[in-house]
Amino acid sequence: MGRITLDKVRKAFGDVEVIPPLDLRIEDGEFVVFVGPSGCGKSTLLRLIAGLEDVTDGEIRIDGTDATRLSPSKRGLAMVFQSYALYPHMSVRKNIAFPLKMAGLSQDQIDAKVDGAAKVLNLDSYLDRRPGQLSGGQRQRVAIGRAIVREPSAFLFDEPLSNLDAALRVGMRLEISELHKRLATTMIYVTHDQVEAMTMADKIVVLNAGRIEQVGSPLDLYRAPRNVFVAGFIGSPKMNLITGPEAAKHNAQTIGIRPEHLAVTDGSGTWTGKVGVSEHLGSDTFFHVTVEGFETPLTVRAGGEVSLHYGDTIHLTPDPAQLHRFDAQGLRIA
Amino acid sequence: MARAVTTRRKIAYTALAWIIGLTIFFPILWTILTSFKTEAAAIADPPVFFNFDWTLENYAVVQERSDYMRYLWNSVALAVGSTVFGIIIAVPAAWSMAFVPAKRTKDILMWMLSTKMLPAVGVLYPIRLILIETGLLDSKAALIFILMMINLPIIIWMLYTYFREIPGEILEAARMDGAGLKAEILYVLTPMAIPGIASTVLLNIILAWNEAFWTLTLTTIDAAPLTAFIASYSSPEGLFYAKLSAASTMAIAPILIMGWFSQKQLVRGLTFGAVK
Repeated sequence: MGRITLDKVRKAFGDVEVIPPLDLRIEDGEFVVFVGPSGCGKSTLLRLIAGLEDVTDGEIRIDGTDATRLSPSKRGLAMVFQSYALYPHMSVRKNIAFPLKMAGLSQDQIDAKVDGAAKVLNLDSYLDRRPGQLSGGQRQRVAIGRAIVREPSAFLFDEPLSNLDAALRVGMRLEISELHKRLATTMIYVTHDQVEAMTMADKIVVLNAGRIEQVGSPLDLYRAPRNVFVAGFIGSPKMNLITGPEAAKHNAQTIGIRPEHLAVTDGSGTWTGKVGVSEHLGSDTFFHVTVEGFETPLTVRAGGEVSLHYGDTIHLTPDPAQLHRFDAQGLRIA
Repeated sequence: MARAVTTRRKIAYTALAWIIGLTIFFPILWTILTSFKTEAAAIADPPVFFNFDWTLENYAVVQERSDYMRYLWNSVALAVGSTVFGIIIAVPAAWSMAFVPAKRTKDILMWMLSTKMLPAVGVLYPIRLILIETGLLDSKAALIFILMMINLPIIIWMLYTYFREIPGEILEAARMDGAGLKAEILYVLTPMAIPGIASTVLLNIILAWNEAFWTLTLTTIDAAPLTAFIASYSSPEGLFYAKLSAASTMAIAPILIMGWFSQKQLVRGLTFGAVK
């Protein structure tokens, strides 16, 4: 079990309110990702759930029981830290065994579980090494091993991949997703990387300045962002947001169109502009196009074989079905 | 060309280091040499370095005249005793300052350090009178307490800077792993802090061992440590340099040997936190 409910949870450091009262339900077995720009309170929210920070007001319930004032060690949650936070003076084996030792298991049980976890995470041959002798990816695996051995009711991940290089990050992302499928345990994952959020989550919680902007599945958020913030945050490259007379034509304060929903049309199009920088990724090409009267250049996604040069004139036509409209408050107009 | 300059510079720096090192060590070397001279050779002018008749006579006389072992034991008791009690008080203090700092923690640390700037002689009479009133003059217990108190700011500061280097996330990880406060301190913090605690202990033993103001002014016989042993050889009837040197050598030998063997720990302790 791992159902976590936050009820009007508020956090303030002195006079500074970092999380205004907030409600959230996390169902058993869900993979929930907290995503948002740095300083949005996502890590603080995770630490409140962990018990590493005290809740100022409100209630946190884990599997129906009030855990608001429970110490971290009593909540039955496991956490993987950004810095891995391994015990430097203990071998890998002792690191992984530590939570089991704290739980008072017998040495035989501990050995069996540690060996099991080591096998799953490919750490068998490193068990007698110290964390200092391991690479970043191996340390991350040890941290995960330490979390899974005691079968917690939920896993908390605090930006676990941000210290790894790009290639390793993609690999570990898959491993964590696979681990979730296999264990079917609740996981709460904090990241500032919306690609991680989109690829891993069952449910994404988008946070901004301590407030929840939207909760939903990755595709819900992609298809129907509730406001301008979510529209600009989810999706890569980010959605083009256009204000002014062009938006007024659609009875909106702001209109949004994703780079992949802009078609490059021959001869004529809705908008005409000049090609700036192009980014060739092989499979795709992204053009940055300056359109007269628009405040910011548009990003356009085209096929990998399309080749345009700096300064070329280009005609663009948005897919009307994929046009997002937002009102003066930045909220979505249905 | 660049290489030649580097080599020359290296030689120059090495020579300079040796000169400074020998200059600092010279008084100790001179004391040790003098302790093996006759009284006449000790005050010879011009001074003699190595070409004198080596003798152990001074050591024999010093042994005969006073009970070295009793002074030694008192020194050990004062240095170790004040350090052990100091650590017992300082570890929790430094822990709370490093990991649960309050608004005024920095001020308290500075204030503690400022007490070291008080001239000791300023409080000599109040303390002496208190000890006389309570009958604790010339008692090891009182001196252990006083030595502990004067070194406590340094112990707390050293431990504090050392604990500050321990990432808080590791302690949080221990909490998440189900460790209560006791287990967190016992299995995670203490093993990680052992090098820091060790160098703090070493430095404090040396400080307490060498402390001469309070040990000379508050002891007569029973609690007198090696500092008093040396002082007893600078008598008003005239100085016997060779004997004084022999007594000094015997007094500093234990701490010198200990310092030699724990050099690495000490340097680490004194420079810890200077560079990341």
